[in-house]
This record gives sequence, C-alpha cells and structure tokens, in this order.
Amino acid sequence: MKKIFAMVLSLMLAMGAMSAFAEDAITIGISGPLTGPYAMYGLGVVHGAEIAVEEVNALGGIQFALTYEDDEGDPEKAVNAFNKMLDDGAAMMAGTVTSGACAAVAAEAYDMRVFMLTPSASSPTVTEDRDNVFQVCFTDPGQGAASADYIVQNNLAKKVAVIYNNGLDYSTGIYQTFEEKANELGLEIVSVTTFSSDNNADFSVQLTKAKDSGAELVFLPIYYTPASMILKQADAMNYDPIFFGVDGMDGILSIEGFDTSLAEGVYLLTAFSADAQDEKTQNFVKKYEERFGGTPNQFAADAYDAIYALYEACNEAEVTAEIANQRRGFADVCEMLIEVMPTITVEGITGTMSWEATGEVTKTPTAVIIHEGAYVGAK
Amino acid sequence: MITFLTYLINGLNIGSVYAVIALGYTMVYGVAKMLNFAHGDVIMVGAFLAYCVCAYLGLHPIIAVLGAVIGCTILGILIERLAYKPLRQATSLAVLITAIGMSYFLQNMAQLIWGSDTKSFPSIIQGDAIVLFKTVQDGVTKTLTLSPINILTMASCFIIMIALTLFINKTKMGKAMRCVSEDKGAAELMGINVNLTISVTFAIGSALAAVAGILLCASNYAPLSPTTGSLPGIKAFTAAVFGGIGSIPGAMLGGILLGLIENLGKAYVSSELADAFVFGILIVVLLVKPTGLLGKKIHEKV
Repeated sequence: MKKIFAMVLSLMLAMGAMSAFAEDAITIGISGPLTGPYAMYGLGVVHGAEIAVEEVNALGGIQFALTYEDDEGDPEKAVNAFNKMLDDGAAMMAGTVTSGACAAVAAEAYDMRVFMLTPSASSPTVTEDRDNVFQVCFTDPGQGAASADYIVQNNLAKKVAVIYNNGLDYSTGIYQTFEEKANELGLEIVSVTTFSSDNNADFSVQLTKAKDSGAELVFLPIYYTPASMILKQADAMNYDPIFFGVDGMDGILSIEGFDTSLAEGVYLLTAFSADAQDEKTQNFVKKYEERFGGTPNQFAADAYDAIYALYEACNEAEVTAEIANQRRGFADVCEMLIEVMPTITVEGITGTMSWEATGEVTKTPTAVIIHEGAYVGAK
Repeated sequence: MITFLTYLINGLNIGSVYAVIALGYTMVYGVAKMLNFAHGDVIMVGAFLAYCVCAYLGLHPIIAVLGAVIGCTILGILIERLAYKPLRQATSLAVLITAIGMSYFLQNMAQLIWGSDTKSFPSIIQGDAIVLFKTVQDGVTKTLTLSPINILTMASCFIIMIALTLFINKTKMGKAMRCVSEDKGAAELMGINVNLTISVTFAIGSALAAVAGILLCASNYAPLSPTTGSLPGIKAFTAAVFGGIGSIPGAMLGGILLGLIENLGKAYVSSELADAFVFGILIVVLLVKPTGLLGKKIHEKV
C-alpha cells in the first residue's frame, strides 16, 4: 500500500514539474481578474492571448507557453500571482490587466527586472519611471483628450456632463485630460458629478444633475458595471442623452441579464471593433466566437496584439527558450526586450503600433457605436 | 424645486427599501435579542432566487416574488434552527459571531452557485414613468417623474408596515411575540412556545428580506452579485438603530429618514461624502438620544 502511494506521489510530482516548465517554450505570465466585477476584462485578455499563442506556435518559430492566475483586480493578489508565475517559470508578463494591480506588480517587476507588456492597464502610473513596462492600450490621458476631440470633431454635443469615480486613478486620470481638452476646444462641461467605489449603484442624483443642466451628452470614463446601472436608471427617468464611454465600458454587452437595447446608441472610444472587415480581425473574431462564444471585446484584442508584439520583440532581440529558461533568465530577457521595444512596429488588430522608450504606445483610436447589441464602427 | 422633489422621491424610494430591511433586523432583535448580521445576505439570496425564476425559467415576476419569499422563509427557518437555536443559552457575543459567520457562509455559497460576476436584474414592472410636472427653463426641460417601480416600492413598504403592525397587535402569535420580547423566561412559564415564536419571527424577517432584495435590485440601487446585500444590510441596520432597535415604527421611520438624508446629502453636500454624512447624523442622534428616535427606555430592575 505504502509503495503504491509513493509511486502515485512521485508520478504526480513528475507531472506537476512537467506541466509547470515547458523546456523548449518561452513562458508568458498573465494575471488579471478572472472572477468578480471586472471579470470580463481578465477573461477577455486570457482568451485573446490563448488564440494568439496558438497561432504563433503554429508558425513554427519561437514557441510560447501561457500561464495565468486570477488576481480579482486586487494589487496584493496580483503581486502574489506574479511571484507564483515566476516560480512556475514565466520569463515575461503579458499583464497585469487592471491599472491598480498592474502598478503594484510593475514596482515589483522593476526591482526584479521582469519585462512587462500590459494589454490593458492604461494608467500612466504603470509605466512612469519604469523602463521595463510597456502598454498595448492607450493611456488614460490619451483617452480623455481623444474623447473630447472626437466629440467636437463629430459635433456630437455642445453641452456635456461627466460622471466619474473619483476613487479610481483610471477614472480621474481620464476626466482630468478630458476637461483640459474640452476647455481648449470650447466644449462646455455643464455638470460634473462623482461617486466612489463603495457607493457605485445609485446614480439618481448624478443623473438628475446632468439632466437638469441640459447636457446632451454624458461622458462616462468608468467601468462597465456602474455604467450599466447608469443606463438602466437613465432609462427609468426618461433621460436619453448620448452616452460616451471609453475602454472601461467595454464588456457592458456581456453582463448577464443586461437588456442590451438600453445601450443602443452608446459611443465607445476603443481601438478595436469586432465588425472590422480586414482579414486579421475577421480571423480573430471567428476563432474567438468558436472557442469561447460571444464577441471578443477590446481587452481580448489588446491581449492578442500583445502576444504578437512579444513575438516580434523576441525575434528582433533573438530571445530563445534556452535563455528564457535558465535560472533567473527573466532578467536577461528583460534587458534584451527593453532594447528592441522602441524599434519595432507591429501591425495588429487594434491598429499599427510602435512604442516610446517610456512604454507608451502610439496608435490611432477609433470610436464604435452600439447598435442592436453589437459594436459597429462609427462614422 | 422640481430637482429637489426628484431627490425627495428617490430618497423616499431607497428609504423605503432600507425600511423593509430594517424591519427584519428590528423584529429579530426585539424577539430573539440578537443581531442577525446574516440578514443582509438573506436579501441577496432572495434577489438571486427571483432572478433565477425570472431569467432562467422565464416565469412571470409575480411568481418570482412568491418563489423568493418562500425560498427565503425556508432559508430563514433553517438558519435559525441550525445556527442560532443551539446557542440560545450562550453569550450574546457567541451568537453575534455565529451570525457574522453565517453571513460569510451565505456570501460564499452564492458565489459558488451563481459565480461572482454581476448580473443585471430584470425589470419586474413594466410601464412608462408618470410625468407629474414639467417646466421649461432657459431651454432646459425639467420634469418630475414617478416611475412604476417607485410607486411599487413605496406602496409595498407602506402595506408591509401596516400588515406587520396589525399582526403584532391583533393576532395571538403577535401577542406571543410581544411577550417573548418582554421576558423570555416569564413567557415560557405562561405556556408560550418560545422556540416556535422565535422561528416564526425569523420566517417573517426572512420573507421581508426577500421582498427587500427584489425591490432593491429592481429599483436599480444595486447590481446583483454575492455582495449585493452587504452595504444595504449595514445601512438598514443603522436605520434600525437610528429609529430605535426593537421598535417597528422606529425601523420604518429610521429607514425612510436614512434614505432621505443620504440622497439629499449626496445632492447638496457631496456625492462621495454621502455615507459619511449618514453615519455622522447617526452618531449625533445616538449621542442625544441613545435609544434611537422611537426607542423605549429600558428600566433595569434591581
């Protein structure tokens, strides 16, 4: 009996070691919220990355392996997840998904010299003063300015109201640059109201203020769960302005039980729209729908592009699985990748991307509009 | 003026929901002399049950409400039998800790069953909002509207309050409750079945929780997730203390006042300091009147 037990145990150990450490592949780690109120973000990223890794491996060159952990968007859990993934042999990170958690991990990764390319953490605090962190998504200030610009260019409204979460770096960051740009362009902000992360369900006061100030457009630089409450409550009080969201709004159509007709006509500033007709996007959307069901969101697309960017960078820097898998190989890989990131250009499904040495990406934002429960390219 | 009235209506609406939740806290406290901190999570279970009946089975909202009420009543009795009854003679601290444990147990069970993603609650009542008043000022149209769910929430709150008062004052079981509330030992000596009385109290409290959960989610004051009941539960507990814990009209008054203060504070003071404002007022009231607004002063007999 004891013998059998020992055999089973050793077999399990051997299997565990095998799965955790793929000899001939470079392991990429992702941590993000896979459960909880931000789960759409993390799941989108993991699913998008899985598809890209499969495609890259089929090309026959560098082989990637993926390991991911749930951090629920919590900084402390994200740092634990990061350490666990390094123990599991990760040589670089394609994460972390949310800004707050990413900033915490980035501080750790900067000290340990681990390369990070985050698909979706858009706060500038993520990359600030850290040479090892790069972004695939727009930064928050970029999104705020681009939104104001878009509203003025397309003449969507003269008077706008803003509702934002002032307990969230992401939300405040976007609002500040939105306000600056709006003032510069002569867009009148008639009502600014805030809420906190603890008090994020009842928006009757904020909406009443927006409505009574005569705003034709309500700018919502917030996450999709409170945004869905705002849409429901606005509908209940017969208030029908244009709602304009940024990337945090992405995921609103996938909330279980949400009546998507309430989101009809909502604008969303994003770099990705699933109905784009180019071959790459079509291929990605088709694969995503087949494997995971539902339309991929911007997070999935950013993650897909992040994997291709890593592939490009690894090729350029001649990173091999051998270097990556040596003891503390991630530190070598980090220096090699930092070197090449500002030099590469990647044609992705979220646009053509190039990077500053500061970690910020350059690509053009586009807007989508929600029509019959799907994103449609605006304009 | 219209804007002020709009805030008032919204305040009354959320206040009514707090009041219905607070009734559950206050009844259980009055009869069983314990703080049932799992009450907020029974609300959440009620909302989830109604959601399941509506969204998964596609049945009429009225059946969903009935299903949630029956489900929560059974849950309430079960919780009382399994977790609190064995501790009837234990210290109140032990019962309190058990209640907190039960609260976490329910939250985690819900997460296991329904997952932690937020769900969007279906609207249980259809129809357009009634426009009460309309003015055009500087090119901006201001309207005062009353939506069907506003009416439903306030009406149910009112009906529940009246029904409960009648039940407590006119029925035999109500009399038993008042007796147990006064003196458990003496009530037992008088031949009152104390255990049954406490069970019935829990059953009623939990049925009210189900109604409150549905009203809370249907009026869009909370997205549906396993932690939906936590904050409203705490606020309603505050409302119960505010109005005088153990007193039914007190819970009602406390709930409605709390909702009004919260909403007006949000509108005229600061939207992020609303909670601080609510709890600040609570502290002041308790300093001036420690038994709450309508609480009875208890004379300790020597």
